[in-house]
Amino acid sequence: MRLRLKGVVKRYHGLTALDGVSLQLSDARSVVLIGPSGGGKSTLLRVLAGLEMPDQGSVEIDGEPLEYSEQSLIRHRRGIGVVFQSFNLFPHLTALENVTLPLVQAHGYGKVPAKEYAMELFGRFQLEAHAGKRPFELSGGQQQRVAIVRALAVKPRLLLFDEPTSALDPEMTAEVLDIIAELRAQERELILVTHEMGFARRVADHCLFLGAGRILESGPAQQLFSEPQTAELRGFLGRVLKY
Amino acid sequence: MSSRWSEIFFARSKGNAEELPLYGRAVGIVVAALLLALIFSFAFSRLQYGWDWAAVYRYRQKFLTGWLVTLAISAASLVASLVIGLCAALSQRSAFLPLRYLGKIYIELIRGTPLLVQILVFFYVVADAFGIGNRYLVGALTLALFAGAYISEIIRAGIESVGESQLESARAIGLTRCQTYRYVVFPQVMRRILPPLAGQFASLIKDSSLLSIIAVNEFTLNAQEVNAFTYSTMESYLPLAVGYLALTLPISMLSRYLERRYRYAS
Repeated sequence: MRLRLKGVVKRYHGLTALDGVSLQLSDARSVVLIGPSGGGKSTLLRVLAGLEMPDQGSVEIDGEPLEYSEQSLIRHRRGIGVVFQSFNLFPHLTALENVTLPLVQAHGYGKVPAKEYAMELFGRFQLEAHAGKRPFELSGGQQQRVAIVRALAVKPRLLLFDEPTSALDPEMTAEVLDIIAELRAQERELILVTHEMGFARRVADHCLFLGAGRILESGPAQQLFSEPQTAELRGFLGRVLKY
Repeated sequence: MSSRWSEIFFARSKGNAEELPLYGRAVGIVVAALLLALIFSFAFSRLQYGWDWAAVYRYRQKFLTGWLVTLAISAASLVASLVIGLCAALSQRSAFLPLRYLGKIYIELIRGTPLLVQILVFFYVVADAFGIGNRYLVGALTLALFAGAYISEIIRAGIESVGESQLESARAIGLTRCQTYRYVVFPQVMRRILPPLAGQFASLIKDSSLLSIIAVNEFTLNAQEVNAFTYSTMESYLPLAVGYLALTLPISMLSRYLERRYRYAS
């Protein structure tokens, strides 16, 4: 993916979430955002997803500048798959319907082809048995896997994960991270916000360290983790890797 | 011995779930019904009253006509009130501010004033000025406007109860605003507002009795007339209660059924 951000600022009710984020990436396949809570990681991801409009600055993905009219935002969102921390499946729909809804309503699939295609994906992710269940009948890990299938199904050019395992226990975390690692191995382009440092290191081509709404450090994952340059990153790694 | 009694009369909880055996439910219903029957049979037995059902029975056709008129008016205003309520609820989320405030003022005015006054004003002033003479039409519309204000608040609360994360999820998968309402918001709202909506519909049916003051020939007016002809007050009004129950009970039963059908934990 090619990403170009110039001076992106986002404020909520006087709180500055992003304080002039600039970035230029040309050949990273997987980008991982790390940093302390409230540092701006999720906000940055939401700006890239077209869910949040920056107050200032410009965003360019693969050479296309992000525009903020409702029409072009909807077009942009349709080309991107987002997986949220709290799964955000629709509770009134079955797992299968959760996946087919965007296919049918936003991507012009017929109902039957959408269903067949979704079942095929469920098969690939060992979810066939759960296709007819509502989210409340699924474990957190299963819900998140369905959410990942929903994001993948629309063949997005970019997958965004916003702390996809923060709401899961360790065992379920593993089953979700396995899928993300698998996607990474398939050379899918993805951006991941995570607190799982070991995993971040494993899947990231490029790593960004955000704190106080700014990118404090940016570089290949190996370099960031083995030779942190800033005091903030050293402090952060020291704290999160302590236990 | 005591445990057997408690088994019959008390619901037992197993963990979070309640266990209700069939015989327990049957006994419970019978006991409750007996208790009520006891109280009312005592009350009625103390009444010094010359019952004369025959006099009222002669007017059975009148009761039937009135009941059917009530049914028709209620059904019409029920549908209209849903439409009005939905429009008023959506108007309050509109970006066009005059519309938003029109919705707010409508709701406050209707909810803050007696239906009786509304019926009089709409029939004798508003409808008259616009040349609408049909009291059935005006009656049904007034009822719809009245119930619509309450329904719009029910719908508004239902819409607001759909979490921000659901809306965000809908945006993230690229749904338009309309699609979000159609496929994500309304299906969830429907289930949550069914119970209060059913209550509101039952109220609407009973409130239709007030239309008797503008001489709409509905159920209550007919009962009043029968009473005036026969001086058999109890015999005229008791069938009235039964007639309204026959309309409101199916609504609450239907609502329970739909609630069960659309049940999912959220």
